[in-house]
Amino acid sequence: MSTENAPQSMYRSREGLGVWEHRGKVAAVGIGHGPTSRRWDGKPDTSLGAISLIALRRAIEDAGVDPGDIDGLVMDEKTTTGAFWPRGQELPWDVINAYNTTDAPLDGITQLSAEWILKNMPELTGNRFTMYGPGCMSNAIVVAAQAIGDGLAHTCLVLKAWHNLPGRYYQTGANADDAIPGTAALRSVWGAPACYGTAIQFAEYCRKYGKNHDMMAPFISNSRRNGLRFPEGYWAQHRPEEITTEDYKAARWIAKPANLFDNDIPIMCSAAYLFTTAERARHMKQKPVYILGHASSRGQARSFIPTLDEVEAECAESGRKLLEAAGITVDDVSFENLYDGFPQFHQFHMEGIRYRGIQPGEALDFYQTDISITGPNPVSPSGGNIGSGRSRFWMHTDCIQQIQRRAGERQVTGVEPVIGVSGGPMPTGGNFTCWSASPDY
Amino acid sequence: MKQGVNPDDLTRPFWEAANEERLVIQNCTACDRLQHPPAETCSKCGSGAALEWKQMSGRGRIYHYGVVHDCPIRLLQEDQPFNCAVINLEEDPGIQMYSHLPGTPVDEVPVGAAVELVFDTAANGQKVPEWRVVTDN
Repeated sequence: MSTENAPQSMYRSREGLGVWEHRGKVAAVGIGHGPTSRRWDGKPDTSLGAISLIALRRAIEDAGVDPGDIDGLVMDEKTTTGAFWPRGQELPWDVINAYNTTDAPLDGITQLSAEWILKNMPELTGNRFTMYGPGCMSNAIVVAAQAIGDGLAHTCLVLKAWHNLPGRYYQTGANADDAIPGTAALRSVWGAPACYGTAIQFAEYCRKYGKNHDMMAPFISNSRRNGLRFPEGYWAQHRPEEITTEDYKAARWIAKPANLFDNDIPIMCSAAYLFTTAERARHMKQKPVYILGHASSRGQARSFIPTLDEVEAECAESGRKLLEAAGITVDDVSFENLYDGFPQFHQFHMEGIRYRGIQPGEALDFYQTDISITGPNPVSPSGGNIGSGRSRFWMHTDCIQQIQRRAGERQVTGVEPVIGVSGGPMPTGGNFTCWSASPDY
Repeated sequence: MKQGVNPDDLTRPFWEAANEERLVIQNCTACDRLQHPPAETCSKCGSGAALEWKQMSGRGRIYHYGVVHDCPIRLLQEDQPFNCAVINLEEDPGIQMYSHLPGTPVDEVPVGAAVELVFDTAANGQKVPEWRVVTDN
């Protein structure tokens, strides 16, 4: 048995498709997270596979379903945060052999196949559907939602995991070599770090609209503050450190105008959700959170880095597509949890959907107002990647928990948590979901 | 020092031209449209047969820039901090190239300024297109 990537036909990537045909007929009913760590310590019980099994079993328990009733699994096979198994390093056979294996020795360590999961979760006796939504949880969510709506599965696990290994981010492999292949050299000869493209867009944004880097400070502080209220997150679990305005302004540059806090921290983590039909959800343990619609962005930059014009056009289109799919207007949105890793593009997502009516160029001024979870305009109540480490899934977990009123200390109090939006990652390439307390809002 | 370059099949014409101190960019003759980075087929019409390499004038403008303080490339780390700009080509501003802007002080980059093509040499002797701000005199 092999698992395939979802076909493009499962994504709603064009405008004009109308309201999603399965609006309100798919629901999230369970959440599970594995423990986080900064880097893998080489032990079997902290491996990528191990923390993913924990996340999946917690999601099943949270939903209160019999594992044998689960008939679907949607996930992402690729798990690297930028760390790869070092060339020539001996494989960790003690870890590999601690689990049921597949043909890929590093399955469960630096990659994660659906086959590995099924071999190591014998309780999933009813599974008949697996599919990859590659890239991140945002992708897996829309694929799982569409699969349930289309009848490919009725009770489906959705999984995303990330591994991180010892050593500095992106400092090994080809980047440490004396020479590189010509195609890669067209970019990397100039040495731009990962945040560079976003930093360029942000710099142009500030020039165009007369803003500056310091204006990001309230967003960064708010994100970390919210993240420290996320007990499943890395910073809350390991380093409960706030980021003050002074901290932000004093942080070292990575690629100016992006500094250390304009970058998220790569971690080991895993999260799982349980999706099912609206009909079945009524009989499960948790309050269902319904999916009103999903949308995807497939923008293509003309050259290396999407220009600000390209980014703003694509984000506006993504916002229109998501609202169209959900059959709502932006005024119906209670809170937003759009992607923040890198935080310097969070405003593109927010402005694209016109959250609270803000227009292009207005988000940084909006950040100077009350964007906290207690105010009327909560921004990124999950805290996102800045609040809890690089996962690209805190935003989704938070949307579900906020609407279920299970967000604990993060629970928004300035608005009724009725409808939330989440998704990403990139402004010109991502997948977005609209969540609702009601199937027929 | 820039990392060395080992030209591959897709990019060999680009790097060979650079060694002759010329800048060539892939062009689709069917669409009359440049594309960079190069690809096996035209990103607009999908044709591979219509792709050629076209010589550029060597003029452009600075779109924007960043200052790299934490570079992932080992050979460049001793040069930190350094400018890293995005250049728009005069023939088609939609086409971008990177540049360290030799001769421009760090973080004193004139956004929007005209630039002209020069060449730098990478660690293995491969010449690499670079850009220098055009001065008025």
